[in-house]
Amino acid sequence: MNRPQAKLTAGIDWPIFGMYLALVFIGFMAIFAAEYRDGDNVIQNLLSQNKNWARQVLWFGVSMVLALGIWLTDSKFFTATANLLYAFGILLLLVVLAIGTGVKGSNSWLELGGFRFQPAEFTKLCTNLALAKYLSSMETDFTKMRSRLIAAAMVLFPFGLIILQDETGLALVYFCFFLVMFREGLPGILLVIAFSAIILVLSALLVDKFILLYIFTGVAALVIYFMRREIRRKRSRLAMIIGVWAFCAAFVMVIVPFAFTSGKVLKDYQVRRIEVMLGKENDPKATYNTRQSMIAIGSGGFWGKGYLKGTQTRLDFVPEQSTDFIFCTVGEDFGFFGSILFLGLYVALLFRIIFIAERQRSTFSRVYAYGVASIIFFHLAINISMTIGLAPVIGIPLPLVSYGGSSLMTFTMLIFIMLRLDADRQMVLR
Amino acid sequence: MSVFNQPRKSVIYLIFLGMTALIVARLFYLQVIETKYSKLADANAHLRKVIYPSRGIIYDRKGRSVMRNEALYDLMVTPRSVKNIDTAYLCEVLSITRKEFIKRIANARMKEGPVRPSVFASLLTPETYGKLQESMYRFQPGFELVLRPVRSYPYGVGANVFGYISEISPSMLADTTGRYSAYQQGDYIGMTGLERTYEPVLMGQRGIQYLVKDNLNRPQGPLENGEFDTAAIAGKNLRLAMDIELQLLGEKMMKGKVGSIVAIDPQTGGILAMVSGPTYDPNLLSGSYRAKNLGRLFTDTVSPMINRAVQAAYPPGSTFKPITGLIALDEGIVGPEFGFDCRGGYGSCGRFSRCLHSNVGHAANMRSALANSCNAYFMHLYRLCVDNRKWGGIGAGQTKFVSYLNDMGLGRRLGIDIPNEKPGDVPDTARMNDRYAGRWNSCSEMYVGMGQGLLGLTPLQMANAMCIIANRGYYYVPHFVESIDNDHSDILKTYKEKHRVANISDEAFNSIVLGLEDVVTRGTAKGVQIDSIAVCGKTGTAENGARINGEYVQLKDHSLFVGFAPKDNPKIAIAVIVENSGFSTTYAVPIAGILIEKYLKDTISAKRRPILDQMIASVTISPEMRAKSRLDSLNSVSYMAADGEALLRKIISK
Repeated sequence: MNRPQAKLTAGIDWPIFGMYLALVFIGFMAIFAAEYRDGDNVIQNLLSQNKNWARQVLWFGVSMVLALGIWLTDSKFFTATANLLYAFGILLLLVVLAIGTGVKGSNSWLELGGFRFQPAEFTKLCTNLALAKYLSSMETDFTKMRSRLIAAAMVLFPFGLIILQDETGLALVYFCFFLVMFREGLPGILLVIAFSAIILVLSALLVDKFILLYIFTGVAALVIYFMRREIRRKRSRLAMIIGVWAFCAAFVMVIVPFAFTSGKVLKDYQVRRIEVMLGKENDPKATYNTRQSMIAIGSGGFWGKGYLKGTQTRLDFVPEQSTDFIFCTVGEDFGFFGSILFLGLYVALLFRIIFIAERQRSTFSRVYAYGVASIIFFHLAINISMTIGLAPVIGIPLPLVSYGGSSLMTFTMLIFIMLRLDADRQMVLR
Repeated sequence: MSVFNQPRKSVIYLIFLGMTALIVARLFYLQVIETKYSKLADANAHLRKVIYPSRGIIYDRKGRSVMRNEALYDLMVTPRSVKNIDTAYLCEVLSITRKEFIKRIANARMKEGPVRPSVFASLLTPETYGKLQESMYRFQPGFELVLRPVRSYPYGVGANVFGYISEISPSMLADTTGRYSAYQQGDYIGMTGLERTYEPVLMGQRGIQYLVKDNLNRPQGPLENGEFDTAAIAGKNLRLAMDIELQLLGEKMMKGKVGSIVAIDPQTGGILAMVSGPTYDPNLLSGSYRAKNLGRLFTDTVSPMINRAVQAAYPPGSTFKPITGLIALDEGIVGPEFGFDCRGGYGSCGRFSRCLHSNVGHAANMRSALANSCNAYFMHLYRLCVDNRKWGGIGAGQTKFVSYLNDMGLGRRLGIDIPNEKPGDVPDTARMNDRYAGRWNSCSEMYVGMGQGLLGLTPLQMANAMCIIANRGYYYVPHFVESIDNDHSDILKTYKEKHRVANISDEAFNSIVLGLEDVVTRGTAKGVQIDSIAVCGKTGTAENGARINGEYVQLKDHSLFVGFAPKDNPKIAIAVIVENSGFSTTYAVPIAGILIEKYLKDTISAKRRPILDQMIASVTISPEMRAKSRLDSLNSVSYMAADGEALLRKIISK
């Protein structure tokens, strides 16, 4: 505690803080636009807390208190309690599994005296801290397979628990930590493999499986032909090529059909959403959400309809419009122009976080900051892709903008812990 | 090892930027390139609401509204909003059971869904409406009263004249000629009668209001403060020549009878009354049970939907004799002084055709031949007409005779302003050739001269023929509508043209008119005599028969009367037909007398009161047919025609 007491804001990164406030404010305006009707008594709504935008004001207040608490906490507290918090997070996830309350098809909510809370949101923070702690510890050599497996396990364990709660969207976000691990030395080939895997899944869904089988066989034959000299030297290469071919073939021919038809791996609605996204399904009921969302955003045009002028968002055509589909309001009221500025603000925030990450002396702080950037990026990419029909409908919030206490508080804590760590970047934290 | 992976930062930057670029590209496509989304958004959020104009009202010649728009109310229900209401009381007011209540709510839910209002009880009676109005607070939210303008006929008469409106049919909408291009499904359109003929002026112009709606199609308010709205323009009102008191009296007197009355103002061609009996209360086809009633009326044994005044052709019998006389005079074959030595029949054609009179000199001239209704005289006149050498041959003679008839509006449609008018039958050469296998002469259909044979005239044509005689040679096309409020089109032009059909001297004409006056003063039509007014008329008793199970059966004669009054400066020409009722003096003459007196003196004299009561009470429809008909019970249910009963009482007591 050798920080000068004179100034509370000493060491704070103003650009991040400013962008944070800007996004929360935009979020508030968007929620307000989605709900406000001509003639509403704003003051009365605010006092009676009967509108989402009014509650979001309250959540912002609570978040600010949390932020202040974090700002006044010593950085070492976070390294010290990282593992403990992780354990606590895991415990909460287990408790949710046992006694969770259902909201819209998933059992991921805990109720405490009329107050609802989603541990899966909070666990992101714990996992990020624990991962930073693990990767920064003296014993960890991230070039070793063992360390990589432990790190992966730390991420995949909460992922698995959240999948069990039927929160596929929130669980998917945990893959963002592989981006952090990539930064910390995970072989680049893994990204290539991951990318290939996505392509493989998509093509398995879109292209006839027999055609794919011919393509795989053809590619494998070509590879063998061009690598024939190497293969002659090293027989194991041939085995590897044939192994990859066999895996791809099995994946396309057996695994994907099984996953999509048996009902044992993916739920019916999930299969439908994916098919909707791929344009294979035209059932108007299944496509309703995406369709209305695209109509809202598309009808915004270049300049938008103007604030509070959007017909689609204001007349309840778009479902979940203050939470998952909040981007529709921006797209409809402010058009392409406004959407670009809005995305620009996010990209600026992400870049600034990475800039901050790279200026850290301690690995803990760097890994943590990368984690924050990755989490925000995944939320942003998945959420907006979903609203514009690029991704299936996966219910995850837009960071700092969507309505929701758990989400806003989690992102506030994520960012302010990072700001605290950054303010203390001269310290070496482990 | 903290910084051994610097380039990886760039990879992560690239991943971020790549994803953002993908999103921006997609947004560019959605918001800038693809234009369908804004249209879809408008389709989502805009509600095009048609504002129906009120249809035009119809007034009679004294400015009384005889067909108007009644403001009735529907009870609407929004199923989801129904909470904590006094169900028992509502059921009591509507007199339905609790089970029915539940069924109707379920129906509403099925039809329009739980959040949109649908009809719970339609077109409430004024009493029910009154009770509900008072206690509406007990059924809210969930129930509301909504205004539904419907056609109403306060006097309950004129059904066959006014016609009815009905929702436009799919086949009309599918019509490719563009006739119904201005209509949409659910629109009402005039189907028959004046409603149909004057549809373009009565319908008015629809307005369109644009509303903003939400995801459940609930209107949320006007779009852009109504900037794109167009106002509805009300339909124009029609003013008829009809006298509703005359119409009412006529319908009441024809109640238990099959037949028709047509009364025309000869000086304008305006129709004062047109009755087809039996008829129905027009309110039956505008209230709650329209569709059901329409089916019942269409299938009823006494065919109330047929407008016999323009759709039924009758043998005119002796009422045709003035026409034969008029043609003979106009052709110049005979003069009014022409006499025929009738000795009780006509035997010039190898067969003896009886005449009612045999005293010498009863057909000494046109006037007395008419007054005595000599059959032989007019059969002879017909033969003289068609055998006239001037035309050269029987074919040409017959054609000339028929062309005279056509000029007078007989054997062709007159062009009255209600649809489905029938032309009637006249014996043209084609008809004659057909009937007599091409071999015929003036003897074949000599009965035409006395109004029998191949002749069939509608009551409208008979009344119009009387107009020609009353006017001494001309007529106007009979019509109902005299004027249309605020209308500058020439839709009524054809009814203002004078049609002159005979050019004979007044002296010659007078022989016919005086003959008709004699019929009233000392002949068969004494029953129409009116104090201080000279009435002219001619009775007829038309033989008729029908083919029943393939066998020709002679039916009871039709009772006919045609006439006009006053003799000079005529104000009313009338034709009355009572089917199968025997001698004309029993029904047709007294009915005509009452109507003429009522119209000319605006009162019914004391001596006629008992006759009026008798006419209203008497029934000539056969008991078997009457037993199968449900018309009387149908007519008795309507509550909207109350003015008619009151007016009738007033007329009788005056």
